[in-house]
Amino acid sequence: MSGRDPLLKPIDVAALRRDFPILDLKVKDKPLIFMDNAASSQMPRQVIERWVKYRSAQHANIHRAVHYLSETATAEYEAARRKVQAFLNAREERECVFTSGTTDGINLVAHGYGRKFFGAGDEIILTTLEHHSNIVPWQMVAEEKGAKIRVVPVNDRGELLVDEYRRLFNKNTKFVAMTHVSNALGTINPVKEMVAIAHEHGVPVLVDGAQAAPHLKVDVQDIGCDFYAFSGHKVCGPTGIGVLYGRAELLEKMQPFKGGGDMILSVTFEKTTYAPIPAKFEAGTPPIGEAITLGAALDYLTGIGLERIAAHETDLLDYATDRFNRLPGVRLIGTAEKKAAVLSFAVEGVHPHDVGSLLNDDGVAIRTGHHCAQPVMQRFKVPATCRASFAFYNTTDEVDALVASIGRVQKLFA
Amino acid sequence: MDSRALYQEMILEHNKKPRNWGMLADATHKAEGLNPLCGDHIHLSLKLNGDQVEAVGFEGEACAICKASASMMTAAVKGKSRADAELMVQEFRDMTTGKLDTAAPHHLGRLTVFAGVRDLPTRVKCAILPWHTLHSAFAGTDTASTE
Repeated sequence: MSGRDPLLKPIDVAALRRDFPILDLKVKDKPLIFMDNAASSQMPRQVIERWVKYRSAQHANIHRAVHYLSETATAEYEAARRKVQAFLNAREERECVFTSGTTDGINLVAHGYGRKFFGAGDEIILTTLEHHSNIVPWQMVAEEKGAKIRVVPVNDRGELLVDEYRRLFNKNTKFVAMTHVSNALGTINPVKEMVAIAHEHGVPVLVDGAQAAPHLKVDVQDIGCDFYAFSGHKVCGPTGIGVLYGRAELLEKMQPFKGGGDMILSVTFEKTTYAPIPAKFEAGTPPIGEAITLGAALDYLTGIGLERIAAHETDLLDYATDRFNRLPGVRLIGTAEKKAAVLSFAVEGVHPHDVGSLLNDDGVAIRTGHHCAQPVMQRFKVPATCRASFAFYNTTDEVDALVASIGRVQKLFA
Repeated sequence: MDSRALYQEMILEHNKKPRNWGMLADATHKAEGLNPLCGDHIHLSLKLNGDQVEAVGFEGEACAICKASASMMTAAVKGKSRADAELMVQEFRDMTTGKLDTAAPHHLGRLTVFAGVRDLPTRVKCAILPWHTLHSAFAGTDTASTE
């Protein structure tokens, strides 16, 4: 990335790899080369051990009983929330709601905000680069309320057209939801600039951070967004846990998404008074151990440093892009100037599904398909792509192995 | 098993030069097959003369396994009665899900080249899709999906 701090100390990849037991795995007698990190990343020993510690010595239900274990679990759960607050640089910890993942967080806002504040004729702006999880919840609410979806187009490199975005605003625009980093192409969107444009029109913005949180330093105050959602399992944490950041004044105005225990102040059959945020949005027993383990995963990443992680991944992306550009018969899809470590590509004459199966024979794990981003596939006129997505534990040697494996596929299909 | 073992000469050749490519202008039956998760998408057209498959054509966008399966299927069912073709659909489905003893008598002939797909669970859908689509075309339901 341009403007990188020259004093930034490179990460010691070999040492970090030793933290990940799964990276020792052999697939078909070959070392696993895991390049499907955009779908889900692997978990280091320190984080696995945090889960074991919770399950071995700290588990009970939270916010309820007065006994030792419940108090311990509650304290650890709330400590994890403070780690999330620090990770996102949120103003207050009550602005960080635990969810089951990014999808859950987006649905929470679509229902909690959209169903309360959208009406007939209102407009919601999305972008071509959205994952289905940042399209479908808005369509569901739009259909119910008679609202309309407007879409920001992209250029041939996969970059959002900010001028076109600016032109989409009118008096009916009520909301913007956009991704920070495209899961299918890797494009890093200018979210700060786009949030500022929305705010000029008094329109709140949700940023889908599922692909950004693992790869770059996120600062919700600097971005200025109203909501930011990410998932635990893409930041070396567990599945079943995620975070929705929301500005307190908006979260307070919203209606609850789910009703149940832990989200109330008092209940009678005539009337229920809701708990203050964030409890208002955390109905039922939450995934306590998952939240605490997510806290450990965030500690692990911030311990390395997101800037150093981003620097390594950018080097890896530059190396891989250069090697791919010199591969005949291979086309990169998504060539934005600012990209996270995602390589979407097509091998001429070979369907992505065949590429994926044959790479697996060499122990190389990539994702093939539409990546839950069919509008992106339609825009680039491909039914599917192959996607290699890197984490900080990937190496240039692994990129070489990926390239060699693609060469073998081409030979087979020649 | 290595998936490479599945990509035999016959499958690669049918993928490169699919037989009966293109939709029939005078089709009596048509169906569309879709694997939404991987993107295989084929169209199949049949011309039935009474009970007999007189002509068959297909086109679409699909992986090598799906395309070769469709190509070899169209070659195999042409001239067959509907009942014989439906029997092959059943046998092909059983073979790719490991329920057919390929050593015992069957009607699949060279289509046993796809038997190995039973060890590749993520690719079974690709091989079966054309056969589901054929079944849908016979039945008059327009869309087949393996999801």
